[in-house]
Amino acid sequence: MKVTLWGTRGSLATPGPESVGYGGNTSCVEVRGRDGGVLVLDAGTGIRRFGDSLGPETTRVDILLTHLHMDHIQGLGFFAPMFESRMEIHVWGPSSTTMDLRSRLSRYLSPPLFPIGLRDVPCQLEFHDVVSLGGFQIGGFEIRTALVCHPGPTVGYRITGDGASVTYLPDHEPSLGANPLIEDTDWISGLELAAGADLLIHDAQYTAEEYPQHVGWGHSALPDTIRFAAAASVKRLVLFHHDPSHSDAMLDGLFEKARSSNDIPFDVIPGIEGASFEL
Amino acid sequence: MPQREIELILTRQLAGYLAMPILVVDDQGDLLYYNEPAESIVGCRFDEVGAIRRGEWSSIFKPTDDYGSPIKREDQPLFIATEQHRPAHRRYWVQGLDGVSRQVEGTAFPLIGQSGRCLGAVGIFWEIKDS
Repeated sequence: MKVTLWGTRGSLATPGPESVGYGGNTSCVEVRGRDGGVLVLDAGTGIRRFGDSLGPETTRVDILLTHLHMDHIQGLGFFAPMFESRMEIHVWGPSSTTMDLRSRLSRYLSPPLFPIGLRDVPCQLEFHDVVSLGGFQIGGFEIRTALVCHPGPTVGYRITGDGASVTYLPDHEPSLGANPLIEDTDWISGLELAAGADLLIHDAQYTAEEYPQHVGWGHSALPDTIRFAAAASVKRLVLFHHDPSHSDAMLDGLFEKARSSNDIPFDVIPGIEGASFEL
Repeated sequence: MPQREIELILTRQLAGYLAMPILVVDDQGDLLYYNEPAESIVGCRFDEVGAIRRGEWSSIFKPTDDYGSPIKREDQPLFIATEQHRPAHRRYWVQGLDGVSRQVEGTAFPLIGQSGRCLGAVGIFWEIKDS
């Protein structure tokens, strides 16, 4: 499979000269199988350019939402295939305790926050609540999901296909109330999803110095991300969901320091918009 | 062991910060976790014994009424919360692993997670020092 990062920024789209290197679009990752099947992880602002990249041969796209914070859904209304009647689009994501996924998304994709409602888009649109599913199959992809530590109903995904696996935990605070991580890995949020993954894409929003002011906000400090990846014995770690206030120069410095100051038995890769990984 | 559900993980983390004795059991009634304040009631440190299966810890705990008569399992708050999925409360005596009997007020409530999944129950205890 091929994994492409279309948006790596966290919280807020951050265009500007200081973010050209890592990119300013919010969370969106394409996973493409050898059979042509296409999954999209989250619908942040990066999904707009991804939509423009699709050729006429693509007639179905499955969008897997981790949660419904704005930076993960804001691009949905600007995803061009939504406005093509020939397209079949399936949106997967968490319901809440009182509302299904479609109703939750409609709160954003309807006036006054958006000019049209979900019922008005011409594509063939289907919604799937993933919390009760646990695991499911889309074409050649086997997908596992689990609720993870982040405010509000939030899931992580593990996608297996073409003999490889990628785990996506863009907004995740496994060290909440357990810093450093609990030694018993059964009690670490998201760990089973990430265990042994060929590629882990994981939240690394804060520095160690910034984290104490943001405990409970649902994000990880870079050293905790590396500890989590080590506990999960992943092969490669992509650092993701960069804080809007972190410039390219700052991120370069942080990631270089992290890579050089730890005895890390896996590749640590800064998440750069446009980067691709063959698995 | 399987990965714990996030609701259980967050409950454990909350319990780890609270000063009331708290026990967390899963939907099978196995004792998954108890916090430091609960160690004086259970009679040993969690880090020493870890999770305890239902059959083991319920025989160790030995809850009794004021007259020393055993309290039936179906009348115990944690059993009610786990099996009947409703909160329960009562005053009783327990004997911990240290062999000491203590009088406690026990409240238990079920943990119902996303999509209505029954994940277990939480028991909160207040030891009664002067009765």
